[in-house]
Amino acid sequence: MTFEKVVFYLFATILVLAAVRVITARNPVHAALFLVLAFFSSSALWILIEAEFLAITLVLVYVGAVMVLFLFVVMMLNINIDVMREGFIKYLPIGVAVAIISAIEMGIVITGNFGADKSPALVRKPADYSNTEAIGQVLYTEYLFAFEVAAVLLLVAIVAAIALTMRKRPNTRYQNPSSQVVVRKEDRLRVVKMDVEDKQS
Amino acid sequence: MITLSDYLIVGAILFCLSLAGIFLNRKNVIILLMSIELMLLAVNMNFVAFSAFLQDIAGQVFVFFILTVAAAEAAIGLAILVVLYRSKQSINVDDMDSMKG
Repeated sequence: MTFEKVVFYLFATILVLAAVRVITARNPVHAALFLVLAFFSSSALWILIEAEFLAITLVLVYVGAVMVLFLFVVMMLNINIDVMREGFIKYLPIGVAVAIISAIEMGIVITGNFGADKSPALVRKPADYSNTEAIGQVLYTEYLFAFEVAAVLLLVAIVAAIALTMRKRPNTRYQNPSSQVVVRKEDRLRVVKMDVEDKQS
Repeated sequence: MITLSDYLIVGAILFCLSLAGIFLNRKNVIILLMSIELMLLAVNMNFVAFSAFLQDIAGQVFVFFILTVAAAEAAIGLAILVVLYRSKQSINVDDMDSMKG
């Protein structure tokens, strides 16, 4: 067993265990943190087959942005965990049965068509090969239109997320800087002429 | 030597686990969203493995786009979740019955 194989099995085991904990964790915060672990170990698996750019992107985008978003939402909401867990035992048999059946089906397909003897061997790239450069070469030429559509999609997602969660609260008091700036002395200060008061009376 | 089938099996196991997760946590929308993220990760794993073993960079470009779409989907899904929590004070799937569907 080569060193590569050992590293692969180590990270694959961590990945599968983390995925198991994601779906069985009692606390959603723990599930989110185990999902972070799953993303880290799959990123390591991708580095093992020289897909460095996507491995780094996975860590930056998923661990850095999406999972932080998940954690923010989980911690903002006041979730009753016990209510959420009901039905877990009830659906355990059918869930496990569906998972096992689909695993067997996928196993048959994979071992039948892509068994160890049939799959092409991994050709290691030369030391000066840059995975990022190779992706960039096709991303900005062949897939330029798809790239721009993805950019528009992200813009739409930004607008949609803000539009969904924005709300006007009528009772909150807030400053209006422009009306504060244009105010004049006459609007606020009133000089009242009055007689001098007599102290003795 | 790592083979293509190793990666495909890891992807298949990951996909089946997330499928079971959708069945098990069908009350909790947050865990459902996390299961969907795991499913997309399994798909990406297959894409990257095929791309690396078949020497075709197009698979990795596709993973790039899938990551984009998944990030957008997570953001909008969580926004909907927050709006739902504001109106129902709960994220239980069973409480989402106002449309009588």
